[in-house]
Amino acid sequence: MIKNPKTMFEKIWAAHVVHEEPGKPSLIYIDRHLIHEVTSPQAFEGLRLAGRSVRRPELTFATMDHNVPTSDRSLPILDKTSARQMEALSENCRAFGVTLFDLSSPHQGIIHVISPDLGLTLPGLTVVCGDSHTSTHGAFGALAFGIGTSEVEHVLATQSLIQEKPKTFLIDINGKRPPGVEAKDLILSIIGQIGTGGGAGTVIEFAGEPIRSLSMEERMTVCNMSIEAGARAGMIAPDETTITFLKNRLYAPIDFDRAAEEWRTLPSDPGANFDQTTQIDATFLAPQVTWGTNPAQVVSVDAKVPSLEAFSDENDRKSAERALSYMGLHSGDPVESIKIDHVFIGSCTNARIEDLRRVAKFAKGKKVSSKVHAMVVPGSQAVKKLAEEEGIDRILKEAGFDWRESGCSMCLAMNPDVLKPGERCASTSNRNFEGRQGAGARTHLVSPVMAAAAAVEGHFVDIRQYDQVQ
Amino acid sequence: MKPFKVEEGIVTLLDLPNVDTDQIIPKQFLKRIERSGFGPFLFFDWRFTKEGTLNPDFEMNAERYQGASILVTRANFGCGSSREHAPWSLLDYGFRCIIAPSFADIFYNNCFKNGILPVQLSETEIETLFNRVRETSGYTLRVDLEQEKITSDDGLCFEVKVTPFQRTCLLKGLDDISLTVAHEDKIKEFEANQMRVPPPLLK
Ligand code: SF4
Repeated sequence: MIKNPKTMFEKIWAAHVVHEEPGKPSLIYIDRHLIHEVTSPQAFEGLRLAGRSVRRPELTFATMDHNVPTSDRSLPILDKTSARQMEALSENCRAFGVTLFDLSSPHQGIIHVISPDLGLTLPGLTVVCGDSHTSTHGAFGALAFGIGTSEVEHVLATQSLIQEKPKTFLIDINGKRPPGVEAKDLILSIIGQIGTGGGAGTVIEFAGEPIRSLSMEERMTVCNMSIEAGARAGMIAPDETTITFLKNRLYAPIDFDRAAEEWRTLPSDPGANFDQTTQIDATFLAPQVTWGTNPAQVVSVDAKVPSLEAFSDENDRKSAERALSYMGLHSGDPVESIKIDHVFIGSCTNARIEDLRRVAKFAKGKKVSSKVHAMVVPGSQAVKKLAEEEGIDRILKEAGFDWRESGCSMCLAMNPDVLKPGERCASTSNRNFEGRQGAGARTHLVSPVMAAAAAVEGHFVDIRQYDQVQ
Repeated sequence: MKPFKVEEGIVTLLDLPNVDTDQIIPKQFLKRIERSGFGPFLFFDWRFTKEGTLNPDFEMNAERYQGASILVTRANFGCGSSREHAPWSLLDYGFRCIIAPSFADIFYNNCFKNGILPVQLSETEIETLFNRVRETSGYTLRVDLEQEKITSDDGLCFEVKVTPFQRTCLLKGLDDISLTVAHEDKIKEFEANQMRVPPPLLK
């Protein structure tokens, strides 16, 4: 028995406290600061106004992802304000000595896809970014969370952050994940169970055999969406899967074996105490489809759109009523009867190489329905290149998918990839908020293979009915 | 940052739970590289019709609520992205205080960095406020951070719960960076220790 067993979060937190005083939030050190074009210009402007510099530019990495067009990179960017925002990032990175992976870089891509792939995200680190899906990096056993622009400025100036210590929340998953049920279905179903505010004020640690058996890409999908349960961060303990993934990455530690030894000490000690614990059984999970306008409004693909009477909580009922009207759905509609116009396979949740491999494996020899426009947006230029080397682009193009350049794209539709009012989309992204993919557009969150199957059939289908997943 | 001591003003309502940052300020307005000027785009898709006129069905648009500086709303306000454009747009529109049963973490934090006071009250207290505000045109509240109290002319009195640190920062309009810079020696010491046992991150 270990004396004073500690959670992984507590170990990492304790190793990063720069200063603490009773009754005040702690000052913690930040190991990695990731930057993108949308939430950083005002922070750099603040630095300039105060005559400050970036304290540790070598720990700060930037890319442009939110605004970037996913069409031909050789063409000029038509949206003047987008172009201005990207120019501002280039200018700021130059002026303050920050490494930038810009549109001409082979490493450009969604910040939460490129940082792990480059080996910038490592176990035991504190990682922040002016973006809520920074929770993704927790998949490596890092403490990673999103911050606002004022905090971006704070980290730029001081390489530290003033933080209240969050509470800890263990989500312990047991049972066995059935075939056809992906990491995306697991996290969607967890959010459905604990709600969009279920993780508020906490750092979630996902544990249990079904988590251990996930690949790094799948773990990132899970941690990515912990913010949709309102959590400050999501984490998964590092293990041999993590270490194997990181070996030989561009920025991986030079003394890798010694680093790996340290990482092996990070997992929560047996008997460590969490402020909150929940058990989830993965055995009976089915592929998930969201029917509403927040990720907790989700059901199994073989279920029906719920009736309003099913909600005992007044707030939930109000939300559901509004969501049904926005989504143009009726209680009792079978999910599989919902027809779609678009498919978006992309985003920091599901645009990694493994996601694309599974989509290609499914799509091989099939055809996208003539009523559907289906687009595939790789998470980064590196993912795109690798996919092309593997012939994934060819399989997808032959099946009728639109193969694009990397970026956030239709996840938030800040670039030209926008849906029209009323259009319905099966999307592998993480948010189905009103207007997220375009004003009046209707988003259903699903796993990559479920999106691909919907593209082929023109409506949602239960992926388990296809032999190949068995 | 503008200090927050006392705010007395008209109260307006947003009767929806889980209002996310995409609704507070839609993405097409995030391309500005300034901190100001976001007010006209607040709740854009709700406040305006497709034709660009004020949406008469959006409660906040009613004449009686114009000039409001206090917003009362439902649970989990500000969920979604970390965009500080959300508090910027609320502030620019004229809000200094937001009252709800619960807030999303990052949004809650971002408010304090911008001189906005988020106040958490119980569902019942929020319900009372909704009723009173709807009953009386021009209903006002007095939010006193020094006394940590919210009061009304018709006798309501609620406690404002914030940490002593948050309270001091708002009352004095303190900016975090100058507070941290005062601990420069501690940061240096931390970095020196880190160098002694070189962590894998420093190449
Ligand atoms: S892909 Fe979507 S969720 Fe991820 S960083 Fe980009 S906009 Fe945010």
